Amino acid sequence: MFEQLTERLELVFKKITGRGLLNEKDVKEAMKGIRIALLEADVNYRVVRQFIADVEKRAVGQDLTKSVSPGQQVVKIFNDELVSLLGDKHCPLVESPQPPTVVMMVGLHGSGKTTLSGKLAKLFRNRGKHPLLVAADIHRPAAKKQLEILAKSIDMPFYTNDLNARDICHEAIKHAKEKLYDLVILDTAGRLQIDDELMAELIDIKRKVKPSEVLFVADAMTGQEAVNVASTFNEKIGITGVALTKLDGDARGGAALSIKAVLKVPIKFVGVGEKLDAIEEFHPERMASRILGMGDIVTLVEKAQKTVDFEKAKKLEKKLRKQEFTFEDFLDQLKQVKKMGPLESLLELIPGVGGKLKGLPIDDKALLRIEAIINSMTKQERRNPSIINGSRRKRIARGSGTSVQDINVLLKQFAQMQKMVKKFSKLSFKGFPQGFPI
Amino acid sequence: MMNRFVEGLAKTRNGIFGRIGGLFNKKIDEEFLEILEENLILADVGPGPTASIINVLKENRDDNPFEVLKEEIYKRVNVVSPKDVSREPKPSVIMFVGVNGSGKTTSIGKLAARFINEGKDVILAAADTFRAAATEQLGLWAEKVGAQFIKSVTGADPAAVAFDAIKAGVAKGADYVLIDTAGRLQTRVNLMEELKKIKRVANKAMAGAPHEVWLVLDASIGQNSFSQVELFNRTVGLTGLILAKLDGTSKGGAVVAISDKYELPVKYVGLGENTRDIEVFEPRKFAEAFVKK
Ligand SMILES: Nc1nc2c(ncn2[C@@H]2O[C@H](COP(=O)(O)OP(=O)(O)OP(=O)(O)O)[C@@H](O)[C@H]2O)c(=O)[nH]1
Ligand SMILES: Nc1nc2c(ncn2[C@@H]2O[C@H](COP(=O)(O)OP(=O)(O)OP(=O)(O)O)[C@@H](O)[C@H]2O)c(=O)[nH]1
Ligand SMILES: [Mg+2]
Ligand SMILES: [Mg+2]
Repeated sequence: MFEQLTERLELVFKKITGRGLLNEKDVKEAMKGIRIALLEADVNYRVVRQFIADVEKRAVGQDLTKSVSPGQQVVKIFNDELVSLLGDKHCPLVESPQPPTVVMMVGLHGSGKTTLSGKLAKLFRNRGKHPLLVAADIHRPAAKKQLEILAKSIDMPFYTNDLNARDICHEAIKHAKEKLYDLVILDTAGRLQIDDELMAELIDIKRKVKPSEVLFVADAMTGQEAVNVASTFNEKIGITGVALTKLDGDARGGAALSIKAVLKVPIKFVGVGEKLDAIEEFHPERMASRILGMGDIVTLVEKAQKTVDFEKAKKLEKKLRKQEFTFEDFLDQLKQVKKMGPLESLLELIPGVGGKLKGLPIDDKALLRIEAIINSMTKQERRNPSIINGSRRKRIARGSGTSVQDINVLLKQFAQMQKMVKKFSKLSFKGFPQGFPI
Repeated sequence: MMNRFVEGLAKTRNGIFGRIGGLFNKKIDEEFLEILEENLILADVGPGPTASIINVLKENRDDNPFEVLKEEIYKRVNVVSPKDVSREPKPSVIMFVGVNGSGKTTSIGKLAARFINEGKDVILAAADTFRAAATEQLGLWAEKVGAQFIKSVTGADPAAVAFDAIKAGVAKGADYVLIDTAGRLQTRVNLMEELKKIKRVANKAMAGAPHEVWLVLDASIGQNSFSQVELFNRTVGLTGLILAKLDGTSKGGAVVAISDKYELPVKYVGLGENTRDIEVFEPRKFAEAFVKK
């Protein structure tokens, strides 16, 4: 399903590849694909609409002279917006000036509050804190027991009693002050945002203990309602941060964008597994490309922008069209590709390519070998490979520390490449003929 | 019963037509279709299935949109599972699978109450030996509803628990053995293999078991539900779905295309955390509640 989507997007991009400027039509075309991608990723319909409109405005008329392909440029603009909307940098937990810092977990049923409580305690103990885990879920069967077992498994102080949720929390903080715990994590029961009685319980707790953080714990797989749920929680109790759980699966996580767009509070943590060390800080860039399902096309575009000399590229393109492509140009191109980093990791960044190329013998050694061979050619040979006869081949092989067979292979591929010239509309390492050894 | 199903939905949910409001009496025109698209997608039906439903409405512009839509939803969720009534197994072994926190354990507890209420003998098998206090959670349900309970220790082989429970069920002539398994994301290959093993071992305890494998879907989950059904189905072969947490504001629309595509019937819907908060899924009622004004 998601692969199809990536393919569909690639198709759109292909259509608008090679055209000069980002005009409104191109952008609209690309946006159609992006819109579907966002909806498939569970980004809220209205958030998508607003977002697309914003990005469209920004993209139309963008200067394209420096881009590799207009389609990729659109994605890049889009992605930048996505990243900035998701949040630019990691936001640390807000600490209370007067210890203990109190963190309250809230959210729908089964979103991962209890597990995240354990994870946070562990994370912050590793950072020198003295956390206390507090079980204030008096509703779900064995909920307290669950946190108690988790606490025990990591040797973490644990507190609960038989009072109501508010009083458990209140007593817990007294307990923490006595024992000098400086971080109190309150695990509350899962609840629907429309359950007034249970929402009142949260309000009650919050009033009593004045937490410095109220973390809304959301399942990364949440659908379109994420917006309503989060905003109601926010209106009723006030959310200071979001934690996104179960990101270890294949959920595209559009809920992250929806919630962020509506709540405008930072996403602070992500859960990536059941185990208590499966917690990470939030990376907006990763999340953005995950939502887009596009591989890391942005990194690719950025790398290309930094390293490929577009003036040279244009000249080369002309030469290619006139069939003047020589080994000198080829070497030039190789050097540019090399500047962009290890080939394998580069190819991985291309959506739809990465996976398929895994396991193929693409190595930088082959690249070095080719470079050595070309370096051993005379200028004449580089410009006119047809003069490379048997004795020249031997000489080149000796000079480059390769075999005559290597030379033969390269010459053959080079000839093939010249043939491909017509298809070669632009400079791109994607343009290498099939079976080329790099 | 039927009323409770609708009431359960009505309690908190507005059908998608509830949001369309005044447009409802209009003919099917572009504006209408656009708003309909918005509302189907907001109900988690998904962009692809939404487009196909919209197409049907486009082709039937002269008809009452409400009726056309209701019929389209109904057609998709009305999956009749072939069931061999002549050979009701005893016990009937049902294995519950699903991603983390979807509502497996709670659904089992509520179903057990329901079956016991019908005078059946029910055994609950705590084959989630992984998650903290999972066994205790199911144990409390067993106690509450008066089911027999088979468990082991944390970290034990879940297949062995299933085996023991089925054997006990056969020996005691129980009517149902409900097997709770640990939540797992469908992409975790090893954990999915573990499910296969439970299934295999269940079959050793009693030929033909498990007779049903039900995937518990959380109604608030969006398009990932497709991946869940696809991969769980591929691994253990599903025979039905349970749509839990339908008492929230999510409409569980993903299930519309899922039922259709995989020909998997929704068996029950979860409507809360209490013993009685589970109802038999009724395609007609669901379609009505779904598009309700
Ligand atoms: N794969 C995965 N599973 C997770 C993650 N976080 C939590 N879980 C699992 O999700 C399920 C629910 O987690 P809990 O921590 O019990 O969720 P909760 O919000 O406390 O649930 P309630 O208290 O019932 O509302 C459990 O099976 C957890 O092991 C995560 O990041 N990845
Ligand atoms: N409102 C509502 N809550 C539900 C429903 N079904 C389950 N829950 C709640 O959802 C949370 C998770 O339910 P569980 O039954 O523990 O889910 P699970 O699939 O067994 O979870 P793991 O074993 O951790 O994977 C609990 O807080 C349940 O009370 C339902 O139909 N409606
Ligand atoms: Mg909990
Ligand atoms: Mg469970």
